[in-house]
Amino acid sequence: MKVVLLWSDILLWGLVLAALLLTVQVRRREHLAVPWRRVGQSRVAMVCLPMLLFFVVVGLLDSLHYRPQLGRAVPSDAVANANAANGNAANASKATAAYSVEVLSVLDHILSPLRASRERTYSAPLATHAHVKESVDRPDGSTVREYPRLAHGGARLSEPIGLRTQGVDLIERGAVGALVGTLGWIVLVLGAVWLERDKGGFSAIRRDECTLRWRSALAASLVLCMVVGVAGGWALEYHVLGTDKVGQDVLYLSLKSVRTALVIGTLTTVVMLPLALGLGIAAGYLQGWVDDLVQFVYTTLNSIPSVLLIAAAVLLMQVFIDGHADLFQTTAERADLRLLFLCLILALTSWTGLARLLRAESLKLRELEYVQAARALGVSAWGIMVGHIARNAMHLVIITLAMEFSGLVLAEAVLSYIGVGVDPSMISFGSMINAARLELSREPAVWWSLAAAFSFMFVLVLAANLLADAVRDAFDPRVAHLGGAR
Amino acid sequence: MTGYLLRRLGYALVILLAVNLLTFALFFVVNSPDDMARMQLGSKRVTPEAIERWKQEKGYDKPRWYNPDASGIERLTSTIFFEKSVRLFLFEFGNDVDGRSIRGEILDRAGPSLALAVPVFFVGLALNVTFALAMALFRASVLDLWGVVVCIALMSISSLFYIISGQYLVSKAFALVPISGFSGGWDALRFLALPILVGVGAGIGSGTRFYRTLFLEEMGRDYVRTARAKGLAEMTVMFRHVLRNALIPILTGVVAVIPTLFMGSLIAESFFGIPGLGSYTIDAIQSQDFSVVRSMVYLGSVLYIVGLVLTDISYTLVDPRVRFE
Repeated sequence: MKVVLLWSDILLWGLVLAALLLTVQVRRREHLAVPWRRVGQSRVAMVCLPMLLFFVVVGLLDSLHYRPQLGRAVPSDAVANANAANGNAANASKATAAYSVEVLSVLDHILSPLRASRERTYSAPLATHAHVKESVDRPDGSTVREYPRLAHGGARLSEPIGLRTQGVDLIERGAVGALVGTLGWIVLVLGAVWLERDKGGFSAIRRDECTLRWRSALAASLVLCMVVGVAGGWALEYHVLGTDKVGQDVLYLSLKSVRTALVIGTLTTVVMLPLALGLGIAAGYLQGWVDDLVQFVYTTLNSIPSVLLIAAAVLLMQVFIDGHADLFQTTAERADLRLLFLCLILALTSWTGLARLLRAESLKLRELEYVQAARALGVSAWGIMVGHIARNAMHLVIITLAMEFSGLVLAEAVLSYIGVGVDPSMISFGSMINAARLELSREPAVWWSLAAAFSFMFVLVLAANLLADAVRDAFDPRVAHLGGAR
Repeated sequence: MTGYLLRRLGYALVILLAVNLLTFALFFVVNSPDDMARMQLGSKRVTPEAIERWKQEKGYDKPRWYNPDASGIERLTSTIFFEKSVRLFLFEFGNDVDGRSIRGEILDRAGPSLALAVPVFFVGLALNVTFALAMALFRASVLDLWGVVVCIALMSISSLFYIISGQYLVSKAFALVPISGFSGGWDALRFLALPILVGVGAGIGSGTRFYRTLFLEEMGRDYVRTARAKGLAEMTVMFRHVLRNALIPILTGVVAVIPTLFMGSLIAESFFGIPGLGSYTIDAIQSQDFSVVRSMVYLGSVLYIVGLVLTDISYTLVDPRVRFE
């Protein structure tokens, strides 16, 4: 096994580290923690949080990549015996080990039953037979057209398979899965009790008296644990969400898409942030020619239809990649570079909105007394911009970043659908939808790939949107005077 | 006012020049015409002669900025920059890969694009403002609360879902209208009904939420409190004061968007087979026809800037507090 560090992995884990450091900072400073506590008091936000955390964990597990050693990638008895027989030779081959060109992640490893159980083509969710008829040779020599049994879906069921035999099997497996899910949830509850041990532990959580609305979060976690448990129980034996045209498990594809969506949603904002902060605040505070220049730049960028700018840039990137194929060792590295480039170009088209907000805020803040006092005391322009203006405009940044995330996840699907999104070899919601675009017009219709991609995306974006709404309510000073507006 | 308009026009020209330089840099400096030729010609084993022929046919065989071989003014005009970028200012777009005039295509396709985009925009606007007004009127009630939740849920659905499921339900499951295609005259209505429905539906969530915030912000102002203190009925406050003042940002927002309607809607058009500018752009992106993409970038920026200037003018017309400086 050889660890592969993709750029997006490094950036994503760096982001996690930065988020942890910021949390520590915020916890230490009361005035910074107050709005976050308001978010923690929002029931809606606390329902969304476990969902988002689940997606984040899936995405992070999918961001630890490695290349398996060839020859050991498929551990079977035959290979094991051969190794035992000539151990020396095996050791010798280890020294000059060849690695698979396929880059796998920890998530791939966890989901290897799903990844390995490929069918020949379409099969419906939880099906035991294929979706389309094929010619099957009978033992007596005749050939009939029928729905063949799947290689993996319900393979352990014995003939004849009726609704009843399969139903019993599903209930059994679902019950075991639900039990495991409940156990997992109990661990979560114990964790919450341990975290709140100073406040009174379990009874405080039950009466919802803690800083966080644990009751809502734990209720949502229970649903989540059950769904994961039951789906996991079924997934060992069935294709819970069916298989696609080339027989890949749709549940596996959906889970793999989560990382792509998260990378686009988060890394884009990371690129956009310094641009918007630097240029927006400089324009608002320094004014004069800096202001003119920044306004000119963002009017120019805004005037180009963003889809076209992205399309043009991605097409050019593709020309570059095709011309320099030798730069990349594996397809994964190539796809990763294209993903990062997509983040970069999305950031270039989306920083203008935040920059405009920050410019307006700086115009307002620079006239306030404490800023004038700082200027009179001889604080440099840089010092004022960093120490006073940027800090007091942080609520705008947090609100915009939270709002931007869901828009970016949706944008990825549209761009991949047009053909200027992620690399075709990269699994994403957009490429899933793109591959399945004509499946509804088949007879009988194949709906599960589209349904899976859209529902996963819907849950992710809805959770992000609702959390963003709660964040805005907690941070936006204007919300207070919006009357009865929530 | 004339002076102000002239100044705005000058600024617009500078921005267009910047857009042109930017697209020129993207299309010709980052990638050489040789790269483009290789991509257009397909396989990787193309001969240098084939590339040269392709470049000559398309007019890419000249130097980028300055042509030392030519004489006089030709030194500057017989270059790729002049031929391909400066001519855009005169709306001379040249030909696409198949040899058709891009300008002719744009003129032909603007009609179907507008036939889809204009109804979607105005029906959507009317519905969004109505819903938003109702929610603002009953703010902080059950209606408002659930309205916001529904809006957020609608916003969280991918636009692709609206198109794909709308087409499946209406055309396939109920067989009410044709699945895709287009024809002229009144017959177009049959083809446009579904795309318009889908377009309006897809925009309702974000639109309603946006206008609701706008109304609520307006309702927090001092003149509203004064009106209530005078003892005016809530309906009078709402329609005589709040709605009228909120119309200013709504109107100016509309004016900014109208010119960009010409660009058509990218995905809906290509999905429903409407021969508009949106599907033209998508086809160009997918067949990597850079001259069409470049022309559409330019056209898009022109329309955006027209929208900006119109917004400025409309502010002075509807808002007596704003004057030309």
